[in-house]
Amino acid sequence: MCETCGCGDPEIVPIEVQERILSDNDAQAGHNRSHFDGLGLLAINLMGSPGAGKTAVLEATAKLAAGRWKLGAVSGDLATDRDANRLNAAGIVSSTITTGSACHLDARLVHHALHDFPSNDRDIFFIENVGNLVCPAIYDLGQAANVVALSVTEGEDKPLKYPVMFQKADLVLLTKVDLIPHLDFDVAAVEDGLARVMPGAAMLKVSAKTGEGIDAWLQWLEERRPAPVDHPSEGHQHEHSHGHHHEHH
Amino acid sequence: MHEYSIVASLIDRVQQEAAAHEGARVYRLHVRIGELSGVELELLKTAFDTFRERTICEGAELAIDTVAARWACPSCNRPVVRGAILRCDTCGSPARMIEGDEIILQRIEMEAPDV
Repeated sequence: MCETCGCGDPEIVPIEVQERILSDNDAQAGHNRSHFDGLGLLAINLMGSPGAGKTAVLEATAKLAAGRWKLGAVSGDLATDRDANRLNAAGIVSSTITTGSACHLDARLVHHALHDFPSNDRDIFFIENVGNLVCPAIYDLGQAANVVALSVTEGEDKPLKYPVMFQKADLVLLTKVDLIPHLDFDVAAVEDGLARVMPGAAMLKVSAKTGEGIDAWLQWLEERRPAPVDHPSEGHQHEHSHGHHHEHH
Repeated sequence: MHEYSIVASLIDRVQQEAAAHEGARVYRLHVRIGELSGVELELLKTAFDTFRERTICEGAELAIDTVAARWACPSCNRPVVRGAILRCDTCGSPARMIEGDEIILQRIEMEAPDV
């Protein structure tokens, strides 16, 4: 009520919030992170343009890590489950998150995929994001590290054109380097661009086709693997922020 | 086009605050958006104009406070110039972003009983 004249007009009051607009996603990502930590696995958010070679890098990873690590993956895909089929064929236990028209994965979508995921007994879990160099960068999924695949056919100017994506990256995989002899691609230029947008810039040159650099990538992953925890063989329980708890298998 | 999902989260948050404060109508939202937040301001405005219809934010104004990106050395606090190599030229540490990636709801101006 207006205090000046008592006319009955409502008051406009300022309500201070000062909170991240995506705080719900952050909370959900925190839940996913504690799920991954509890299982003692390394979760990697793999991002990059459509056709950057994300799935091919994972296939090459599975080939070299066979017998060493148990790998899992969820693949974000707008309309198909081709990537998950390819990864399953390569020996990575995989499922698809069909996003419809959504251009990125968010923590809730990953959480739902984890509920139905066929195996908890994994050493490294890849979240293969939707092919896109913009939107996925701003959503925390609960991963331990962000890895961006950038192919040599995309051009060396991409770090400067998409700074938000590369600023959030812990590692850039420069993919399809076997094609460099056929292209006018300047590796020094991409390294310079990365150094201007990515603090502590780190890049590995890889080729899924020839296997070049995949050993260095496996070494990078090994250095980030958490200390082993006692794996519950029959699934586990944990609290959920949305008020239920249940078994994961 | 993640701006639509950001606006959906924003309106949800405003609805929660309105319910908590018995707010009837929202006049203005103040948000803070960093230059390197990954949010495109024009798309955010378009998304807000579209999504506010038939919500508590119908007719509300979106006031956007933009924040330029700033980097500095985490050890010696020396600023690192935008566009330069993101490494301290004195001690060599990787630079840290001081501000410029925020996506924050600061304040809601709403018609409500006095709080």
